[in-house]
Amino acid sequence: MIRLILLVAQKDLRIERRSRVLLWQVAPFGLMTLLLCGLAVGPNASTQAKLAPGLFYIVVMLVALLVINRTSQVESSRGTATSVQILGIDPGAVFLGKALAMFIQLSIVGVALLAGTTVLLHVPLDAAFVTLPVLLLASATLSMAGVLYGRIAASSANAGTLLPALALPAFAPILIAGERSFSSLITAGPLARWVGLLGLASATYACVGVLLYGALEE
Amino acid sequence: MAVASLGDVVVTTGSFPLLSGVNLTLESGTTYVITGPNGAGKTSLLRLLAGLETPSRGSGSVLGFDLCSAQRRELRRHVGWLGHETSFYADLSPVENLQFAARTTGADVELIPSALERVGLTHRAKVPLKSLSAGQQRRVSLAWLLVRRPQLWLMDEPFASLDDEGRALVSELIAAAQASGATVVLTSHGALPAEIEATSIVIVGGRIDEVAS
Repeated sequence: MIRLILLVAQKDLRIERRSRVLLWQVAPFGLMTLLLCGLAVGPNASTQAKLAPGLFYIVVMLVALLVINRTSQVESSRGTATSVQILGIDPGAVFLGKALAMFIQLSIVGVALLAGTTVLLHVPLDAAFVTLPVLLLASATLSMAGVLYGRIAASSANAGTLLPALALPAFAPILIAGERSFSSLITAGPLARWVGLLGLASATYACVGVLLYGALEE
Repeated sequence: MAVASLGDVVVTTGSFPLLSGVNLTLESGTTYVITGPNGAGKTSLLRLLAGLETPSRGSGSVLGFDLCSAQRRELRRHVGWLGHETSFYADLSPVENLQFAARTTGADVELIPSALERVGLTHRAKVPLKSLSAGQQRRVSLAWLLVRRPQLWLMDEPFASLDDEGRALVSELIAAAQASGATVVLTSHGALPAEIEATSIVIVGGRIDEVAS
């Protein structure tokens, strides 16, 4: 099972490395959106820092949608889908492998965006640094949810527009928990329950994905 | 010995029937050609035999795997598929695609170079699939059949998108599959090359109209 998960993840990452969509399209989009958020909030540094956690996680969500859409597209043509289906790979391994690849991609962009918040939204560097583990947990949750919703949307002819409609409501708890955690780290507020919520969401999506991904593939 | 047995199988998409009451037995080591007009259900029958379609009624088994249960997924690992639109990952090279397929299914990775040589793709083995022509992409799928060595070959319009050399190659591979005792089922709109002897299955409107040697 672990070998299959790594093979699937390695394949998805190789495709990404070959296409460079993450480097040349997704990451610049995220940074540009962050810059626009800063401009929209205005020049006051303390206001920017106060709103930064929420703005940061909204940008992470938008970036996640792009990554999910891209990952789903790779196997969306009927020929490729059938060729992959006929391999009969354990669906649980496919789900976890794709989620692992997406987690790595989201984490890379997330770290770049987090660095961007220190420059563009005046977040203290130490707060940005200590929120990194929470960001990684949020990225893992988004990845697993993203693989599921990407698979559901891929079965529709209008996958590009269906995906945000399906995924964004489901991402709301992740957005809230991520934003509250980030804010708590800046203001030294309560943190445990928000991290706990992210952990619970992550575990739930992992179980649901392993159990249901095969049915979604069919 | 029967490799596939279908009893009154119905396959639908939504409320539209793709196959209606199909009864069919396929014998081991035999080559079959499914013919019929457009939309008759040729590809649906092939997909059913590959475990890619779920019967909504009736019963059936292929290579001992029940088509009406989760065994369909296991069946897929034992059939070779050359689809009408067969294609692996466009951003990966033929070698990378075949390595991924072999490693995830337990096939012998060592067979990949000789398979690519057999289909005439050694010189294009490391370029992305998307830079190959449709015919060359089908050759990659043929190479996968050579690596996989399935007991049951399912080929949807195998001569489509191929030049004369490609058609000769497909004929050669089908002959090799026949010689190894594998069962071959293919769909075709036109006449088959003279060297392929096949039992004809005529399908019309989702129903088997005739089976004739």
